[in-house]
Amino acid sequence: MLEIKNLKVKVEGNEILKGINLKVNKGEVHAIMGPNGSGKSTLAQVIAGKEDYEITGGEVLFEGKDLLELAPEDRAREGVFLAFQYPVEIPGVSNVNLLKNALNSIRKYRGEEEVDAMEFLTMVKKKMGLVEMSQELLNRSVNEGFSGGEKKRNEIFQMAVLEPKLALLDETDSGLDIDALRIVANGVNKLKSEDNAVILVTHYQRLLDYIVPDYVHVLYKGRIIKSGDKTLALELEEKGYDWVKEHVNELAVG
Amino acid sequence: MSSTEIQDLEKLANQEYKYGFVTDVEADTVPKGLNEDVIRLISKKKNEPDWMTEWRLKSYHNWLKMKEPHWPNVKYPPVNYQDIIYYSAPKNVKKLNSLDEVDPEILKTFEKLGISLEEQKRLSNVAVDAVFDSVSVATTFKDKLAELGIIFCSFSEALQEHPDLVKKYIGTVVPTTDNFYAALNSAVFTDGSFVYIPKGVRCPMELSTYFRINAANTGQFERTLIIADEGAYVSYLEGCTAPIRDENQLHAAVVELIALDNAEIKYSTVQNWYAGDKEGVGGIYNFVTKRGMCKGANSKISWTQVETGSSITWKYPGCVLLGDNSIGEFYSVALTNNYQQADTGTKMIHIGKNTRSTIVSKGISAGKSNNSYRGLVKVGKKAEGARNFSQCDSLLIGDKCGAHTFPYLEVNNPSAIIEHEATTSKIGEDQIFYLNQRGLSTEDAVNMIVNGYCKEVFRELPMEFAVEAQKLLSVSLEGSVG
Repeated sequence: MLEIKNLKVKVEGNEILKGINLKVNKGEVHAIMGPNGSGKSTLAQVIAGKEDYEITGGEVLFEGKDLLELAPEDRAREGVFLAFQYPVEIPGVSNVNLLKNALNSIRKYRGEEEVDAMEFLTMVKKKMGLVEMSQELLNRSVNEGFSGGEKKRNEIFQMAVLEPKLALLDETDSGLDIDALRIVANGVNKLKSEDNAVILVTHYQRLLDYIVPDYVHVLYKGRIIKSGDKTLALELEEKGYDWVKEHVNELAVG
Repeated sequence: MSSTEIQDLEKLANQEYKYGFVTDVEADTVPKGLNEDVIRLISKKKNEPDWMTEWRLKSYHNWLKMKEPHWPNVKYPPVNYQDIIYYSAPKNVKKLNSLDEVDPEILKTFEKLGISLEEQKRLSNVAVDAVFDSVSVATTFKDKLAELGIIFCSFSEALQEHPDLVKKYIGTVVPTTDNFYAALNSAVFTDGSFVYIPKGVRCPMELSTYFRINAANTGQFERTLIIADEGAYVSYLEGCTAPIRDENQLHAAVVELIALDNAEIKYSTVQNWYAGDKEGVGGIYNFVTKRGMCKGANSKISWTQVETGSSITWKYPGCVLLGDNSIGEFYSVALTNNYQQADTGTKMIHIGKNTRSTIVSKGISAGKSNNSYRGLVKVGKKAEGARNFSQCDSLLIGDKCGAHTFPYLEVNNPSAIIEHEATTSKIGEDQIFYLNQRGLSTEDAVNMIVNGYCKEVFRELPMEFAVEAQKLLSVSLEGSVG
């Protein structure tokens, strides 16, 4: 589904990603872990198409298409979804209005018919249950006056409605208390299927207690320095990121 | 943003003004320039009573003594008032009973505008008094309104059929000496609309007028007078489009609203006059005086405007709150793009006791435009318990435009409560990216953000007008982000 080959990215002249290789197949959950400043969020944002980055090498293929050539909205329409680390407020635009427009623009791109209001509301009601969203949040302006937890939950709710093929969850666990974390993780688990894939970008292991990854990758200083199964996350949690740093140093010496 | 995207946006931005065309209708025109003879000629052509001619002449002499105001935050080359044609009417205008009698050219024009009268009649339940280049050529739904005693007709017709009502109220809200443009209008106004809602009658439909500037070099001097008698209610819609012109066209309208005891008038405008080309050449100068008088106790006047057109807008729809417990409201969206300039706002004059006013102003500046809010809240000595709430927000798109706020407060009664809130914000890259990531194009994202920002004003508009206003904002914003 997603294939990243030797991706190199600069921000304001500094190389943040120094040759990333990653392959994600349908039905898989990948976790990307790493200390602050390792380039995790940059990777998620580059895949989604944020403009502030200069791509200096490599390629990103999504279902065989060159993702880097596509505008951010077309990537979304192809089925790439980013759950933002810091969801943005849009005053005066209701959540439900945003979602209806977003869904229809995605459907239009795919040559499908626009969804009518009744059909849409029925579907939305069903999805609200997945993340225990209240009706009130649905009609409020996008993220405006939402608590940190509500914002994150809203991201997963949007994901539920838009049904992406590939979901990138950028530190969705940060700022969540344990109950909210459980709700969000349950939502993601229910949305997981044989046909889609999830990339979790996270700093902590605790999210992975709820969403169990098939693969864990450790990103450090712009490179994936170690990949493994879910036990790698536990090992990381136990030994800390210093262990990774030492590992890198060993690699450098070796 | 990629270079192809920027090119696409530029392409959109360079689209010609959609309604820019000239209808080939024979016009009956008076010579250029202004003097007593021209005014007498206009008055005579319109078969006006003598008092009206005298009123015009008096206004003309007042105007001669006045100076063009230069305090607004706008810049334009000097206007030569002797180089303007003050009267132009389609020839052979006679009273019409049905659309079949209307000049087919004119009907075609309305069709191009997408406001075909047939459709309006059939679908929207809106009575339309279409002002085509200064003289009404079609008035609809009149019979139905007449049953209720409602008068909705052109100003010229009102002068013929209801001279006493006109005489009683004209100039009582906007005196001929009020300002330079109002004085000019009073001297030379050609036509406009007249509405009278009798005691206790609730007008069952939205009354609507489409204004359209047509013949080249014809200054437009519309005059509208709306009277809601005791306990009456009316909602009035005004919408405008105009064809492309290279020379600037002056428009100086006067609108007077009068609400007697317990009456309510809701006046909504969507203004989309030609704003000039991308370099700011051409476009309408819109110097308008609009004022409502809450004359009776418990009366209410509400202005809602969506201003996207004109190269220069100078407009302060206001309310004089004379009656005790009367209410004045002003909801405004003013959008400027390219080289447009807008200096607009409101005046709320509290005179009666417990009078209340609300001001919600949403300015949007894009391109190299300048957008100013100018508002006056004045509380008189006797306005015990007066209250005002003002909210003035500015939204900037890009970094070459300007937003300015000039609030004036004059409070002469210590019991008054005045609140003022103001914000300035920019459409953020992060907001656009967020919406892009949900599958919306940048154009759609900007439209969504802007419409969200204007929501408080749009919800004051009648439903069909709100939809039109949203579309208009989208068209006006095309190419503003890049």
